[in-house]
Amino acid sequence: MEGKVKSKGVPIGVRRIIAYAVLILISILCLFWFYVLFVNATRTNSQISSGFSPVPGTNFAANWSNLVHGTLPIVQGMLNSFIIAGGSALLCVYFSTMTAYAIHAYEFRLKKFMYTFILAVMMIPTQVTALGFIKLVQKLGLENNFVPLIVPAVAAPVTFFYLKQYMDSNLPHELIEAARIDGCGEFRIFNTVAFPLMRPAIAVQAIFTFVSSWNNYFTPALILHKDNVKTLPILIAQLRSADFLKFDMGQVYMMIAFSIFPVIFVYLILSKNIVGGVAVGAVKG
Amino acid sequence: MKNNHKAVSYNKWGYIFLIPFVVVYVIFQLIPLFTTIYNSFFENFMSGLKQVGPNFVGFQNYAKLFSEGDIWVYLQNTMIMWILGFVPQIAVSLLLGAWFSDTMLRLRGQRFFKTVIYLPNLIMASAFSMLFFALFSDGGPVNTILVSMGILKAPYRFFSHVWSTRALVAFMNFLMWFGNTTILLMAGMLGIDTSLFESAEVDGATSTQVFFRITLPLLRPILVYVMITSLIGGLQMFDVPQILTNGTGDPMRSSMTLIMYLNKHLFNKNFGMAGALSVILFIVTGILSLIVFRFSGNREKTR
Repeated sequence: MEGKVKSKGVPIGVRRIIAYAVLILISILCLFWFYVLFVNATRTNSQISSGFSPVPGTNFAANWSNLVHGTLPIVQGMLNSFIIAGGSALLCVYFSTMTAYAIHAYEFRLKKFMYTFILAVMMIPTQVTALGFIKLVQKLGLENNFVPLIVPAVAAPVTFFYLKQYMDSNLPHELIEAARIDGCGEFRIFNTVAFPLMRPAIAVQAIFTFVSSWNNYFTPALILHKDNVKTLPILIAQLRSADFLKFDMGQVYMMIAFSIFPVIFVYLILSKNIVGGVAVGAVKG
Repeated sequence: MKNNHKAVSYNKWGYIFLIPFVVVYVIFQLIPLFTTIYNSFFENFMSGLKQVGPNFVGFQNYAKLFSEGDIWVYLQNTMIMWILGFVPQIAVSLLLGAWFSDTMLRLRGQRFFKTVIYLPNLIMASAFSMLFFALFSDGGPVNTILVSMGILKAPYRFFSHVWSTRALVAFMNFLMWFGNTTILLMAGMLGIDTSLFESAEVDGATSTQVFFRITLPLLRPILVYVMITSLIGGLQMFDVPQILTNGTGDPMRSSMTLIMYLNKHLFNKNFGMAGALSVILFIVTGILSLIVFRFSGNREKTR
């Protein structure tokens, strides 16, 4: 068989070499920017403006302390981002699992309607309702408040859909029945039987929700105006709109690194779950 | 009979467990949607310090939106940048997906490569854009490297030219999304019945033939899914051009997207126009997602 392939097309060894070469090239294309970011975050402003060098400098700590003591409330910003992203992730996975459980475990009249409805609204972007959202937030007096950025995570159609798919193949109805026979209440069955069984899928979705909330710029920028509540993306936009050349570039790179590297770090630890989880939800094959 | 009775008494819990979702969805999505539509029929903006409206004006905001013509320019910008990013994205993803799922090729280090290509997807788009702005600025590292290598004589001003700005936005979108697409397409390719590949092999087909005659046609549903979801995502393009161009969409508003336009109206408190624009975007994405929905529904049935 090998012989046939060889005679017909490019030999497998050559194809393999081409594949590796392209893959390595593409990997460099992905990583190069972050490498430059890392190097420049460790160099002084004058070193950076005198040209690029592939060797990291020694100014990491100084850039960091300049940034922290600078005008942008960056540590507060990270804390705010963390509270919002963490809160969203927790609420999102708990209540999305609950929603999925409602559709999975029970038979009721509106079940099919609800399921179809949630799938139908899955793709609608939040931006198109942003105007009404701002009006609502203003009316409720929740500007500069984290509540309107965290609570909406309870209703997350995409997370729901992913968890529902996972539930279909991992939460047998017999298990729920058995718990009922043991005399468990419905709410307790959900919390002690269903929820723990969903842990792998929940972990993946918690990460995705956390990251997308952490990275979100559009909505927070519309409702967070005071300095002490701003999140990292808003501060970055602020940095961008300030007169660029006046800045110490070491600090600028440090700030970007500060927003990007924590996510990269966590990602590298959990990459197996994340990359494996991407395909499961979206493609039903 | 007994079972049936039991089922009835439990099933109210289905509604109870749906309460959080429904309440939050109605408050934070449905009501805002209706307020948005409602606002699109009112004249409501700030003229200097003077508040105009809200006065009911019917469809005037829509008429104004289309007659002013900006919306067409921004739609065109958005589409150009989407296509510039999407074409290489789908091409590279198909190639990598085919390699990753090719059992003959047996590539090593797949996990490493997949981890690397998916990485940019998780990066904060605004920080990534700020990084690109710094890297591609007139005295930035990219220019210094290109000049010192002799590729450029003088620094190229990436953000002063229409096509280099658009290309950078597209390139960033490509970087951020091709890993995701690769993984989706690969999952689709792995789902193809391997006996098809085997018999093609026996018949002496080359890998190129296998790709174009077997893999690609069988992958069409997933390709359509990827394309439409990417189009929906493309219409929402905001963070990257917003940060790269500092919200101006320069040079000469050639990289201003629809959502940047919406964002501008929202910040200027021109709620009538923002409403009309939102409704149009809602209708367009609604139609597109209906197509996706139909597609995935059909696939579910045929399975």
